[in-house]
Amino acid sequence: MAEVWPLLEPHLASVQKPARYIGCELGAEVPSPAPGRVGWLLVYPDTYEIGLPNQGLQILYEILNERPDALAERSYAPWTDLIEVMRREDIPLFSVDTHRSADEFDVIAFNLSSELVYTNLLECLDLARVPIRSADRGGEHPLVGAGGHATFNPEPFAAFVDFVVLGDGEEAVGEITEVVGRWIAGERTAETRQDALRQLAGIEGVYVPSLYEATYNPDGTLEGTRPIDPAAPEKVEKRTIADLGDWPYPKQQLVPLTEVVHDRLNVEVFRGCTRGCRFCQAGMITRPVRERPADQVASMVQQGLRRTGYDEVALTSLSTADFSGIEDVVSTAMDDEVGCGNVSVSLPSLRVDAFTVGVAAQIQKARRTGLTFAPEAGTWRMRQVINKLITEEDLYAAVDSAFSQGWRRVKLYFLTGLPTETDEDTLGIVELASRCLKLAKEKGHNGSVTVSVGGFVPKAFTPFQWFGMNTEEELRRKVNLLRDAAKKSKGVQLKWHDTRASVVEGLVSRADRRMADVIEHVWRNGGLFQEWSEHFDIELWTTAIEACGLDFDWYAYRHRHEDEVLPWDHLSAGLHKDFLWQDWRDALDEVGLEDCRWTPCYDCGACTGYGIEHVVASAVPPAGGSQGTGQDLLRGGEVPVTLLPRKPAGVGA
Amino acid sequence: MKARVRFTKRDKIRFLSHRDLARVWERGLRRAAISVAYSEGYSPRPRLSFGLALSTGYESLGEYLDIDLSPEADITLDELLARVTPHLPPGMEATAAIELEPGVDSLQHAVTSCDWRIEIVGPTLEAATARVAEVLAAEEVPVTVTRKGSDSEIDARPAILALRIVEPDAPRPGVPSLRPTAVLEATIATQPRSLRPAELLRALDATWRDGRVLRTHQWTLVDGARCEPIPLVDPGAGGATSTTHAEARAS
Repeated sequence: MAEVWPLLEPHLASVQKPARYIGCELGAEVPSPAPGRVGWLLVYPDTYEIGLPNQGLQILYEILNERPDALAERSYAPWTDLIEVMRREDIPLFSVDTHRSADEFDVIAFNLSSELVYTNLLECLDLARVPIRSADRGGEHPLVGAGGHATFNPEPFAAFVDFVVLGDGEEAVGEITEVVGRWIAGERTAETRQDALRQLAGIEGVYVPSLYEATYNPDGTLEGTRPIDPAAPEKVEKRTIADLGDWPYPKQQLVPLTEVVHDRLNVEVFRGCTRGCRFCQAGMITRPVRERPADQVASMVQQGLRRTGYDEVALTSLSTADFSGIEDVVSTAMDDEVGCGNVSVSLPSLRVDAFTVGVAAQIQKARRTGLTFAPEAGTWRMRQVINKLITEEDLYAAVDSAFSQGWRRVKLYFLTGLPTETDEDTLGIVELASRCLKLAKEKGHNGSVTVSVGGFVPKAFTPFQWFGMNTEEELRRKVNLLRDAAKKSKGVQLKWHDTRASVVEGLVSRADRRMADVIEHVWRNGGLFQEWSEHFDIELWTTAIEACGLDFDWYAYRHRHEDEVLPWDHLSAGLHKDFLWQDWRDALDEVGLEDCRWTPCYDCGACTGYGIEHVVASAVPPAGGSQGTGQDLLRGGEVPVTLLPRKPAGVGA
Repeated sequence: MKARVRFTKRDKIRFLSHRDLARVWERGLRRAAISVAYSEGYSPRPRLSFGLALSTGYESLGEYLDIDLSPEADITLDELLARVTPHLPPGMEATAAIELEPGVDSLQHAVTSCDWRIEIVGPTLEAATARVAEVLAAEEVPVTVTRKGSDSEIDARPAILALRIVEPDAPRPGVPSLRPTAVLEATIATQPRSLRPAELLRALDATWRDGRVLRTHQWTLVDGARCEPIPLVDPGAGGATSTTHAEARAS
C-alpha cells in the first residue's frame, strides 16, 4: 500500500534533495504485507545521508525480510523543510521502500548512535502519529523499540520506548518477532500489549523500562532501578552473538542513488575491541572480539563489489588493522579484477604504525582524502592514562610513511578534557602535530597536518564513567590554548568540535530517567537535528533544564562516587563494575594495559561472562608486537617489518 | 569507440539530481562489466559526458550521454543497451545508441531546442488555449527570470518555437486539487538563450502551477533540418535501439 506517495509526490520538487525520499536503491526490498508477517519499520532518526549506510540497520533489514513471519522497511528523519510540509498537509512518517505510513507497522525500531538525536526520535514518533510517551500507548499503537550504541544508557529516553535491545540484534529480532506475532494475531488491547511487553522482557538482551521503577535518595542521587514486575530480571544482560561467521550480512548492501556518507562497499570484519582504550564506550560495550573468518570476508568483498559496482571497499570495525586475517583479505581483494578498473580498499580505523600505512598504500588507488590517525592525547603520560599506548616514534614513523607513500594530508584526532590532563598535555597536541609537520618538511614532503579536537564526554560502561566532565568554560579555554599554539606553529591546521554541543552530550550521556522531561521540552521547543551545527542551540537545553527543575552542572560536571548507584547498574555490557573501577584507579596511576587479544586476560568479565573467547581469524598477531612498528617494547627487541609485495597501481582495465 | 546513448528518466527517479546521474551511470556500467576509458591525472574518473541538464523533478524520454568505451570493451551497441539497462534504476532505460564519429559536436553545443509536455494546474482548456494564442501572436512576452542569483526581465517570445494546448490524460490517484487541468506542448529554444519550462509557464500566467513536466525530445540542426542527437536510422545503418524504443518514438 503506497498511500503516502501520491500525497508526498507533489511537494518533492520544492524541497531540498528530494532523492532521499524515493527509495529505489539497489538492494531495496518491496515486501508484501500479509496477515502472518510482523511489520518492522527500522528508523534511523537522522537524515538519509547519515542513516542509509548504517550497517546495523541494513543487517536487521535483511534478516527480517528473509523470515516468513516478518518484513522490514526503512525510514529516516525527513529534513526540516519536508517536515514543515508534512505537518501542514497532514502527511505521516513513511517508509522509503513502499511509502507506507509508519503507524501501519507493528514495531517501530530506532537505531540510536548518540545522545543528540533523541529529540529526532520524538519528532519521528510524533510524525508517525504514535504517542511519544510509552505510558500513553494503547493496543492500536505499534511497539516502539531502540537499539544501537546509545542504548547502553537508555534511561534518559526510557519513557519514550517500549523496549530496548542491548548488544547484537541479529538473534533478538527473531525472538521479538515471535512474541509480537502472537500479539497481533490475537486481540490488541492495552492489556494484551502489556502482556507482550512482559514476554519481551524474558528475551535475553531485551530491556523493558516500564517494568522497572527508579527511586532517588534525598540528595538527588539514584537509589536504585528495580523491577516492579516478576517478568523483569533484576539485571538485563546484553545479547552477544558468538560467531560472526554465522551472520554474513549484509548480503545485499544498499547502494544509494544519491549522495550519502561512507559511500562504498562496507564489510564488517569484526565486532568488539580488545585495546581497552579507557575513554571509548564502543570498544568496551562490544566485547568480546568476534572476527569474521578471513575467507568469508574475502568472499563478501568479491561478491559485494560485483553486485554493487562500487570501486571502493572499506573493512569496517573498531581498530581495523588489528584484524588478524588482514593481509590475506587485502591481497585477495586486490588480486580480483572485478569488472574493470582497480579497486581501492580502505581501512577507516587505522592503527598508528608504519606497517599499516604500508598496507594502506598498496591498496588505496588514489590518495584522494587524507589519512587519519587517532593518537587522542598529546603526551605519552596522557596516553597511558587513557590506555592508548602509541609512542611518539610510532606516530612519526606512520606520518612519515604516509607522506612518503603520496598522501598529501594527514589528520590527527585528539580529545581534550581527559582525566588528569594538564595544560602541558593539552599543548602536547599541537607540539606533536608540529613535529610531524617539521619531520615531513625535513624530508622534502609537501603535506599538511590537520588536528581535529573534540571535548571528552564520559560515557556509561567505561572506566571513566565516574569522571566529572570538564566544564564548557574549561574546554573552551583549552581550545583557545590550542588555537594560539596552532597559529604560532606555522602550518598546523586546527579544527574543533563545538564545546557547547560536547557538554550537552555530557549532560545526557550519564543522566537518569528525569532527563526525559528535558528532552521532551527541547523537542517541543523546536530542538531538532541537534547533532547538526546549524541547528544546535544550547539555550534550548539550558532553558529546558531550568524549566524541569534540574541542574546542568550536577549531571554533566559532577564526579560520581565509587559506591554511587549509576542509572545503568541494572543493565550489563558484560564488564564487571569492579573491573571498571580498578581500571579507573589504574588510569589515575598512569598504568597502561596491553591488548588482551594477544596477552593474558584481565578478567574484565566479557569473555568469561558469556562463555566466549576472543574469536580471531588468524592465530598470528599482525605486525608482531601489539602496538607500533613491529617493535616489541617490553622485550626491547626490534622485529623487522615486511611490507606486501608492491602491486602496480594501473588505471583503467 | 565513443557511444552516444539515449535514455529515459521517469517516475520516482526523476528526483535524482544531475550529479546523481553521473554516479548512477558509473556504477551501472561497472555492474554490467562494460569497460569505460578513464581520465588521466590525480583522480581518474570514467569518461562520461552528459548532455543538457534536466531540472530535478522533471521527467524525460530523451536524455543523452556520451560514453568513451575503452579499447578492451568488445561490445556492440545492441549489447551495450541490453547489458546496461538492467543495472539502471527503475524508470531509467537505455533506449538507443549510435557510434560517434570523431569531431562530432558535444551535446551541449549541438542541441538547439527541446520539446516539452507540461501539465498545468489551474486554467480551463479554453482559457489556456486562448492565452497560448495570445502569446504566439504577441511581439514581446516579458518575464522575470533568476540567473546566477539575480533577477532580470527578459523577452520569452524568441525562445518559443511552438506552443499548443491539449487535453490532460485520465486522472491519476492523488490530491484532486493538484490534478492537471490542461497540458502544454512546447518547443523551446536552448540557444542563444534558454528558457526554462517553469519560466515559460510564468510568462503565460503566473497563477498557473506545473504538474509533471516531461522532456520528450531534444533537437539538433543538421543542414537546416531538425534532427535528434540520435537520428532515426535503420538498424542496418549502424545504430541500435532497444525494444522499448517504439514507445519513445510514439509519444
